[in-house]
Amino acid sequence: MATFHITELAEGKPHEVHLCKDHAHAYLQHEEDTPAQSPNLAGVLAHQLAVGQTAEDLSKLDQQSCPVCGITFYEFRSQGRFGCPHDYTCFTSELEQLLLNIHGATDHVGKCPKRSPGLVARQTEMIRLRREMKDAVAQEQYERASELRDEIRQIENEASGE
Amino acid sequence: MNLDELAGKSGEWLKGVGPDSDIVVSSRIRLARNLADYPFVGKATDLDRAEIEKSLRKNVLDTNQQAGLSYLNVNELDSLGRQFLVERQLISREHADSEGARGVAIDTGERMSLMINEEDHLRIQVMHSGFDLDAAWERINSIDDRLEEKISYAFDARLGYLTACPTNVGTGIRVSVMLHLPALVITRQIEKVFRSLHKISLAVRGLYGEGSQAMGDFYQISNQITLGKSEEELIKQVADVVPVLIDYERRARDFLQREGHENLHDRVSRAYGILSTAQTISSEETMHLLSSIRMGVELRLLPELAMGQVNELFIQTQPAHLQKISGKVLDTADRNIARATFLRHHLGRDNTRGQHEEN
Ligand SMILES: [Zn+2]
Repeated sequence: MATFHITELAEGKPHEVHLCKDHAHAYLQHEEDTPAQSPNLAGVLAHQLAVGQTAEDLSKLDQQSCPVCGITFYEFRSQGRFGCPHDYTCFTSELEQLLLNIHGATDHVGKCPKRSPGLVARQTEMIRLRREMKDAVAQEQYERASELRDEIRQIENEASGE
Repeated sequence: MNLDELAGKSGEWLKGVGPDSDIVVSSRIRLARNLADYPFVGKATDLDRAEIEKSLRKNVLDTNQQAGLSYLNVNELDSLGRQFLVERQLISREHADSEGARGVAIDTGERMSLMINEEDHLRIQVMHSGFDLDAAWERINSIDDRLEEKISYAFDARLGYLTACPTNVGTGIRVSVMLHLPALVITRQIEKVFRSLHKISLAVRGLYGEGSQAMGDFYQISNQITLGKSEEELIKQVADVVPVLIDYERRARDFLQREGHENLHDRVSRAYGILSTAQTISSEETMHLLSSIRMGVELRLLPELAMGQVNELFIQTQPAHLQKISGKVLDTADRNIARATFLRHHLGRDNTRGQHEEN
């Protein structure tokens, strides 16, 4: 059977199939021979962190943790998953470059919820409050636990009264 | 929802209708969403997970009453049931394999599925037959709007919807179109097409998310990035390449018919011959041969078969489907026999005995 080339079919067009080259992203180009997968986050991150960081800096960074959910940077970079919405704020300086590497952008464009972002941020606080309440109960600090419970209720009421 | 009853029929997205459905099997959009007031699934305690599931389950069912959703508690399903849902593309493999409180809400036509406690708290998925991304977007956007009236999503004014993995942040959208590209595979042009897709940051996966060697010549094209472009722009990015791929596949089919019609017809006829007479057959061989049959149907070389019927065979000959249809657990050897029996029955060569035969 004769061979078939796409380039032979695309009348008068140049060689190779350039479907929409405007959208080309530099970081994908050197991966073009591997099967397409979601960008390997651990790989992108490891590469990024290896640039201009001493081992000491890196180990300091690894120990940083989120005050809301408790995840460390080390946990994040080994699992590739965040622990809570606040991690996007708390690891913001490392995240900036990572987002650029993955998406070629750092700012959202598109759909937004109608709720006020202020209230949403306050609801994220509930994650920390619940965690502290659980710890307080475990340590038999019941007074502290009931204070925390009141605080949680207050936020719940604000959210539902919107 | 009774899974055993589902096994004998198929979702709307497999019907083989809709624009360009000879080449485009389905158009799918999913949105990743999380509740603002809970940790992401990886850091959630058992209690958190149970509360997330309870809250989302209620809100998902309340806001979609007209859709007639059924809710399945994935944690309580056995592994065969979970695998069955993966084969129907109603849940992800990750959702099937994970542990703890989790579930999925599915409509009767299997056009929408809402997974709770997958990688994100909520993964909304809408799937339409054929090349129909606009309708899929309209539907999923309104599901999302209705939910948003009831719950606070984790959202940041600058970063958008916050997801467990930063590769999904922003819009949280994944737009996928599943294409059947057998002629580009036969003519060895498929790799070239993929390389150019990767350059414009589109991902290519197989039917069940596998790598480059796709089963049955099915390929899913999807957006790689989720941040910095609107949902409409990301949909358009995928939608823009689909007509080009359809055109290439059609030209490759024309070429095959023109340059070697006997060879092509022979290939299709042999595939039909094996599938309609084999006594035992593996899943891999079945997918491979069904791919030729599917192309043969489109080229009107097999007038007795309908596209929807062939689409269904791809799913119904998967391991968990065969076991659900047989009503018993089967090992690999028995599955191969059951698969061959099922295929003989459905491809019409068993008509004399078909009525009396178990399948
Ligand atoms: Zn956190």
